[in-house]
Amino acid sequence: MTQKNVLILKDISKTFYPGTFNQNNVLNELNLTVKKGDFITIIGGNGSGKSTLLNSIAGTFLVDKGSIKINEKEIKKLKEEQRATLIGRVFQDPLMGTAPRMTVSENLSIAYRRGQKRTLKKGSSSEERQYFETLLKKLDLGLEKRLMSEMGLLSGGQRQAIALLMATMKKPELLLLDEHTAALDPKTASVVLELTRKRIEEEELTALMITHNMQDALNYGNRLIMLDKGKVVLDLSGKDKQDLTVSEVLNLFQKSTMNQLINDESSLD
Amino acid sequence: MNLITTATAQGLLFGIMALGIFITYRILDLPDMTAEGSFPLGAAVCARLIVTGVHPIIATLIAFFVGALAGSITGFLITKAKIPGLLAGILTMTALYSINLRIMNRANLSLLGKEKITDLFESFSLPNQFDTIFMALILVAFMIVSLFLFFKTEFGQAIIATGDNEKMARSLGISTDQTKILGLMLSNGIIAGAGALIAQDNGYADISMGIGTIVIGLASVIIGEVIFGNLTFVNRLICVVLGAIIYRLIIMFVLLVGLQPNDLKLISAFILAVFLALPSLRQRFNLNFFTKERV
Repeated sequence: MTQKNVLILKDISKTFYPGTFNQNNVLNELNLTVKKGDFITIIGGNGSGKSTLLNSIAGTFLVDKGSIKINEKEIKKLKEEQRATLIGRVFQDPLMGTAPRMTVSENLSIAYRRGQKRTLKKGSSSEERQYFETLLKKLDLGLEKRLMSEMGLLSGGQRQAIALLMATMKKPELLLLDEHTAALDPKTASVVLELTRKRIEEEELTALMITHNMQDALNYGNRLIMLDKGKVVLDLSGKDKQDLTVSEVLNLFQKSTMNQLINDESSLD
Repeated sequence: MNLITTATAQGLLFGIMALGIFITYRILDLPDMTAEGSFPLGAAVCARLIVTGVHPIIATLIAFFVGALAGSITGFLITKAKIPGLLAGILTMTALYSINLRIMNRANLSLLGKEKITDLFESFSLPNQFDTIFMALILVAFMIVSLFLFFKTEFGQAIIATGDNEKMARSLGISTDQTKILGLMLSNGIIAGAGALIAQDNGYADISMGIGTIVIGLASVIIGEVIFGNLTFVNRLICVVLGAIIYRLIIMFVLLVGLQPNDLKLISAFILAVFLALPSLRQRFNLNFFTKERV
């Protein structure tokens, strides 16, 4: 594995509703360096800052302080759509990652132009559709026959599999997965997770994946980090991660989140 | 028969306006009140230019661009000033009222005796009203084909994606500010162009001709959808125009049964309300005489 750093986060902080009664310091001078080829699973209680971390990297909002570099380039001030040149994303909600009224093929065509200027050239071509067909075939979900179907007619799992393809087909420098299997039934979730692993390996992607499933956090990726109160409190990779067991993680997890478990469910965002 | 041809001619011209409404209301998913101002704006600009001696085709084209400019102001208010879409449209619409008066210098500007775009077809010596229908048909066909081709382009698809799932669009690198502004420009340009055509067909531009534009446009879109149901993109565009014609025929009918022209706005609103309510009424009472609406 090469040692090049893809992402460097330095002292990033984000506070929501500053100066009000609801002031919420979600990220607290968080530091993280991600090497090329890393597949990092992120765990942490609700409100620990996991989603805010991914949103900060993707540019959903700007961070208050700190620096965000991708491939040595400062992107902190770039808009979300400008960062999309470098970043692919899959959201938790299967409805969020695809356009329901457009066909599967149209969705893929839009994703195929991620980070490119949209011109008055034709929005898709027949060679393109053939390429999509081979990509969909590889997913092995029979989706290659649904190219002309409206996305809204597909199931959540199918849509999430396509969203994954859309995020990865134009190889991104960084893939952000925000609990992208949490809204699926267990069987579909494991299918989509396996597809995720396959895509990451095939394309040699660098990825950050938030998960609430401890087993998944251990099974997938080469590195695991735990967030608490907006900081990285645990960072294990290689053999340390392989030796970790679910009960050990749960112990560590409970220690850090003990005080939060009471309002755990109410603070979902 | 004469009434039906008049209604058809008017319906075709209003159908062009409805195509503009379709772009904001259905494609961008952004109910845009600017239409109420950009429609008379197009009429005012075109009428003023024709009165000063500009060729009607050029006057109509300029009306299109001025309408697009009005749309860009609403787009700017929405994307850069972060004003909610409905309110941004109302602001532009209100401001346009004064601007339209300035352009016309009065509340009503007559085109009596001036060369109009409808006159260009006189040499075909078609029967009365058929010259308007002929012109409108050519324009409608041109608009539908152009819109179809445009929305197949990368940029057109980006506009559709913005209306369909804005968060996804941004995550795929689409500048949704840009697509919204351009969508609003295109929509209001078309609406102003239709305003210009209708002013020429009526023979005058009037400051109050914008009142109810949204209701007429939406009625056309909804009537088309309720009656013709789930269709491909081109067919949806055609149905918007058919919806506009049907709307005109309904209006003509209610006038025939004795209602006053002063009641028109009330009738318009009533027709739209009925067609908006139809899908849920149909579900409640299990009426299946229409095909299912696409949501």
